[in-house]
Amino acid sequence: MSDFDSEAMADAGVENPKLPPHLELRRTRVLCKADAPTSTDTVQYSGAYASLGVDNSLRFDDFRNNFRVQVNRISHEDMEFDMVGVDPSIANALRRILLAELPTMAIEKVLIANNTSVVQDEVLAHRLGLIPIKVDPRLFDYLSENDTSNEKNTIVFKLHVRCAERGQRLTATSNELTWLPKGSELLKTSESLTSTSKPETYTSFTCSQDSMPEFAGNPISVYPDIIIAKLGFGQEIELEAHAVKGVGKTHAKWSPVATCWYRMLPEVVLTEEIEGKKAELLKQKCPANVFEIEDLADGRKRATVARPRACTLCRECIRDGDDWEKRVSLRRVKDHFIFTIESTGALPPEVLFTEAVKILEDKCERVISDLS
Amino acid sequence: MEDLRNRSHADVDYRKLAAPIKSAVDKFQLVPEFLKVRGLVKQHLDSFNYFANTEIKKIVRANDKIVSSVDPNLYVRFKDVRIGNPTEALEGIVEDLSPQKCRLTDKTYAAPVLVDVEYTKGSHGGYSLLEKNDVTIARMPIMLRSCCCVLFRKDEDELARLGECPLDPGGYFVIKGTEKVILIQEQLSKNRIIIDTDKKGNINASVTSSTEATKSKTVVVMEKGKMYLQLNQFAKNIPIMIVMKAMGMESDQEVVQMIGRDPRYSALLLQSIEECASLSIFTQQQALEFLEGKLKKLPYANMSTGKEGRAMSILRDVFLANVRVIKNNFRPKCIYVAVMLRRMMEAILNKDAMDDKDYVGNKRLELSGQLISLLFEDLFKTMISEVQKQADNVLSKRSRSSQLDLSMLLVKDIITQGLERALSTGNWDVKRFRMHRKGMTQVLARLSFIGTLGHVTRISPQFEKSRKVSGPRALQPSQWGMLCPCDTPEGEACGLVKNLALMTHVTTDQEEGPLIALCYCLGVEDLELLSGEELHTPNSFLIIFNGLILGKHRRPQRFANTMRKLRRIGRIGEFVSVFVNEKQWCVYIASDGGRVCRPLVIADKGISRIKEHHMKGLLDGARTFDDFLREGLVEYLDVNEENNALIALYEQDATPETTHIEIEPFTILGVCAGLIPFPHHNQSPRNTYQCAMGKQAMGNIAYNQLLRMDTLLYLLVYPQRPLLTTRTIELTGYDKLGAGQNATVAVMSYSGYDIEDAIVMNKSSLDRGFGRCIVMKKYSAVNQKYENGTSDRILRPPRKDDRNKKGENPDWERMQILDNDGIAAPGEIIRPNDVYINKESPIITKGNPKLGGLKDSDYKPSRQTFKGAEGESCVVDRVTLSSDKNYNLSIKFMIRHTRRPEVGDKFSSRHGQKGVCGTIVQQEDFPFSERGICPDLIMNPHGFPSRMTVGKMIELLGGKAGVSCGRFHYGSAFGEPSGHADRVEAISETLVKHGFSYNGKDFLYSGITGCPLQAYIFMGPIYYQKLKHMVLDKMHARGSGPRVMLTRQPTEGRARNGGLRVGEMERDCLIAYGASMLIYERLMLSSDPFEVQVCRACGLLGYYNYKLKTGICSSCKNGDNISTMKLPYACKLLIQELQSMNIVPRLRLADS
Ligand code: SF4
Repeated sequence: MSDFDSEAMADAGVENPKLPPHLELRRTRVLCKADAPTSTDTVQYSGAYASLGVDNSLRFDDFRNNFRVQVNRISHEDMEFDMVGVDPSIANALRRILLAELPTMAIEKVLIANNTSVVQDEVLAHRLGLIPIKVDPRLFDYLSENDTSNEKNTIVFKLHVRCAERGQRLTATSNELTWLPKGSELLKTSESLTSTSKPETYTSFTCSQDSMPEFAGNPISVYPDIIIAKLGFGQEIELEAHAVKGVGKTHAKWSPVATCWYRMLPEVVLTEEIEGKKAELLKQKCPANVFEIEDLADGRKRATVARPRACTLCRECIRDGDDWEKRVSLRRVKDHFIFTIESTGALPPEVLFTEAVKILEDKCERVISDLS
Repeated sequence: MEDLRNRSHADVDYRKLAAPIKSAVDKFQLVPEFLKVRGLVKQHLDSFNYFANTEIKKIVRANDKIVSSVDPNLYVRFKDVRIGNPTEALEGIVEDLSPQKCRLTDKTYAAPVLVDVEYTKGSHGGYSLLEKNDVTIARMPIMLRSCCCVLFRKDEDELARLGECPLDPGGYFVIKGTEKVILIQEQLSKNRIIIDTDKKGNINASVTSSTEATKSKTVVVMEKGKMYLQLNQFAKNIPIMIVMKAMGMESDQEVVQMIGRDPRYSALLLQSIEECASLSIFTQQQALEFLEGKLKKLPYANMSTGKEGRAMSILRDVFLANVRVIKNNFRPKCIYVAVMLRRMMEAILNKDAMDDKDYVGNKRLELSGQLISLLFEDLFKTMISEVQKQADNVLSKRSRSSQLDLSMLLVKDIITQGLERALSTGNWDVKRFRMHRKGMTQVLARLSFIGTLGHVTRISPQFEKSRKVSGPRALQPSQWGMLCPCDTPEGEACGLVKNLALMTHVTTDQEEGPLIALCYCLGVEDLELLSGEELHTPNSFLIIFNGLILGKHRRPQRFANTMRKLRRIGRIGEFVSVFVNEKQWCVYIASDGGRVCRPLVIADKGISRIKEHHMKGLLDGARTFDDFLREGLVEYLDVNEENNALIALYEQDATPETTHIEIEPFTILGVCAGLIPFPHHNQSPRNTYQCAMGKQAMGNIAYNQLLRMDTLLYLLVYPQRPLLTTRTIELTGYDKLGAGQNATVAVMSYSGYDIEDAIVMNKSSLDRGFGRCIVMKKYSAVNQKYENGTSDRILRPPRKDDRNKKGENPDWERMQILDNDGIAAPGEIIRPNDVYINKESPIITKGNPKLGGLKDSDYKPSRQTFKGAEGESCVVDRVTLSSDKNYNLSIKFMIRHTRRPEVGDKFSSRHGQKGVCGTIVQQEDFPFSERGICPDLIMNPHGFPSRMTVGKMIELLGGKAGVSCGRFHYGSAFGEPSGHADRVEAISETLVKHGFSYNGKDFLYSGITGCPLQAYIFMGPIYYQKLKHMVLDKMHARGSGPRVMLTRQPTEGRARNGGLRVGEMERDCLIAYGASMLIYERLMLSSDPFEVQVCRACGLLGYYNYKLKTGICSSCKNGDNISTMKLPYACKLLIQELQSMNIVPRLRLADS
């Protein structure tokens, strides 16, 4: 069999006898048949193949030798990388952490001074909450229940827009949210006017945030051009928004990623030679352009798998009956993940990933320490 | 395929229609044109316009004079009548009304009815003739968007300025601030012969006559081979031959001739003739005497009906009242009876000739205009007699020297109030016809936009709903294209309440005179000139016009064709129907109101008259739908005339015999069913369920929804336009006022919280706003004025630092949300028990006003507090101040609550598949696809096999193709051949092109384990509606709480904070289980335990004497044998109630 002597197998260890090919195939590949995928699970138990004399335990050395990360594409908003040599559960853990457990800052409390727009206060607050804030959450603390808001746990924004032109519509976007480094400017109640002390506001900042070194030359801002509300003539919104730190588990607004997912590396294998007309047909069938025609020396044409990565698993190539399913085998490599992170813009995706790894590390340490 | 794809492109729609299409002409564009001209509720508007322009004038003309019976020279004559602009006169100032203003200030949207009068003034000496113009005699409630309404022919900008939604259909009234619809009433045709069987199985012919003056029902019945007349005025059945003789038809031979000389008919008539002879009645005189004897006795002896006798006058005016007797010529009536008898005999000989009462052609729909005109006529007459009475009163006194001005007596209150009362209560009481109908109007459903549309097209049945009959409930084949086959409620009103289809039109009355004259011109031989024998000569057809026999015609087909030709070139009204009934040898011509009809394309020998250039003209705006009518390309057919037509569904199906071609097949559905994508792929009850559910879906109600003050308003925060639309959706404007969201649905089993149609929802989707809704409730307060001149007052609320005399201020916390004017401020968060208006009422409201004004101590607080569920935080949305009809200050608050979906909230797709939210799951636990798509909700696949909603699956596929190629897909009913629905093949091709599997199933990874799922999952977007049933409004539990006074048992129902009943069946379970202590606890201790004193001697209940500290039996007069025991209070009550009606229940106690 020529189909799986890939490099994944090369380092399998010398002393370890190999599994028979059909078992090895099922251990390392998901077989995507026309009706349903099979062998989707991973075999964890170390003694699963003991009767064949094969040791299935996970060895650190093997992992070290096999594990590999390769970045394919990266920008400040999204990235795609290959992660090879881990179990799906690990990849999934990272995905879950990225979605739900990586903290960011998001607007949690909105103090509305005036809102005469058509957008209701709650809806406005909800919309504001979903705006990503460009700030490193690592610089902030969580605001716990009986804490007061201070410069270490709260960011205050102000929004004051008014449509003053008759017959015009004004679109209030997130650009209009201005950072108030000195904290809230709204006074708590009118009574404090009489007292001589400093008027009480909704935050108690001890110092201005822009005097803190990390923000000195790098003001906190929000993701631009998100529509907050549209105002008609004479309508006005005046509010203050307080952002705090939180995790996506509590509310999706704290999720640092728009989405984050992986797919297993596609592998398309032609189990028999496909030549001539059939090869043409096969090439035509695939919308993802996976196949290519190769000219053989004797003028014959043969189909080859040129771009297996592009396969979207539409199953077009195996749609027309059993015989095509016999010719083309669609597979997924179980330990090769093509991971995509689409950041909301608060943190660059690579930072997100390293942070996620740290959290996973923390969790593991906690388990270890709890167990010992 | 390519062609199809181009065709359904939403934005290139117009170009595509302009492009040449080889075979069939795409006539779809006629539908929007039709709706543009006529609107969705054209039937209501047309009927009201007809009333306002024509009918009201007729009514006034018919009763145009009020003459004093004391001095006949004094009179008032109405010269003209018209309905003015909707205005309101307030203390002399005339103010324009707009519907929105009326809604907000609880006014009636009405316009004055103006008359020009001519009247005389003076006394015996001399009379002077005077004139007065524009006298208001009434205020007529105006139907929105009718020709009298300020919204008539206004464009979007102007409507917006009036605070009105441009998509609102109109067709309803605003009465005292509430929107009222007059439901379309379904009725059996008037003035038509209907052959039917009665309960005993006897065949009868009945005619419900209705003229301006009377209504009557005449029945001719065949009993034991003999024929009788049944009429209300006669106590018994009258042999029909006697009736004939009484009408002057003394010769039996003539009767036989009139019926037809077929010996079978004569044989059937023989027994009746014999009966008449055996009663020895041979002359008209004898017959009339006989009838006189059979008359029902009148309650008051008023025998002076003139010299001719009552029988004669009944025969003339009541019996078959629709056939006029002119100059005592009874011949037309005799012929009519003969035709009735003939039809009956035909039915006896051949059961097929029986009429079907449920046949839509035998039905008439009564619309708001007709109903209002009935009411108006009655009230107008009442007013006239009232004026007359008053005038006579004044004149008979004769004491006053001043001259009586009759026109001053015209008061508007009778009509105004009568109309207003009828419209607001829905009770139609018309004295003349002894008509008392209830529930004619309903408050317009404003739950969702589609609910509103559905409500104005609803038809309410003539039968009571309780009757267990299947006939009227069944789907009639003649409903095709006229009434929606899907939209009917479930339950008792199933099949009785119907809805109009999209293109249906309901006719209004048309002038009869010219049409009758035309018929005679076209060769109809007048009845008067025919002998009985000639009536039924072979190959001649009777011409029946609106139920009236005009005469006969020897070439009926030619006659019908000429009539139709005249109609097509617009010489006679477009709604006149001509129907040749070959079986009955009759040509029916109808121009009466209430017939349902619909437009069809005319075809000559199977070739459509509409050509490419016509449609092009339509698209360029050079033509309108009316041009098509005028040029004879399109015509209206009613249900009867459809029987003479051969209608092809599509042009390519037409054969040379085809006379008409359908415009678009999807127009057989109504507006509610039109929302469903691919309804023709669904099991039919599912479409019916969706029709009911679409009305409960939350979404946008109207463009002016935030300006309205509805008592209850449900809105969706982010409503969307469905990805899979239909043509009906675009035509009705549902794409602009959607009621749902496109959710990505994965059809798979997940977690077990999705059994029984429950759905699993993605928490992140909910966080991002999926299914979020706003519920607004109206609270109102009135600053009441009292009879002694005092009134309520609204006070500045106490603030935190305020103190009263005792130095305390307990209420400030509950009044924080109030402004200084004492009224809650908009935008404030309101919690349960917060005061929203700080009002005080005077303690004394009756008697004489107190001098020197009222002091603070003369007022008691009557604050209104907000009672919401604990923990629910609502917001004061808006506050309006207005004056109500008694000129009191009325303050209304809209209180808003934003809700996110929670477990137990009800959702539904557009295919009658409702389900509650079973659980809410974190996004990371949700499965995700290779492209990172994570579903919004998960639906269990068991929902599909038994429901057979294939349309939902196609919606999913189409939606998925739609999002991947960026174009809205279509799923109009029966739309595949005409390109108004995408074919599954084309959808699959699009899916494949974008890298999905052709069958819509994706390769998904489990979010929990991270491994791929062991099946491909059917996943894609489906439009989901959030229904108004939410847990928050329904959940209820209680520990201890209020009890009913009488029985001392816990109250019932959530509204009264009631307990949950352990009912009979629950009790049976506990008994079977043997849990006696539990039963004891539930049925007695937790309910109504009571301690009684029972006398062991007499077994009656005694009482406890607290002084003596013993129980005493009041009948034994001692306390010797008293035992104390526990009873449910209800049991004690029973015993006492029995005693009160002389039954003595005795308790026999034994030792345990
Ligand atoms: S599954 Fe689809 S994308 Fe993958 S190789 Fe086959 S045809 Fe191409």
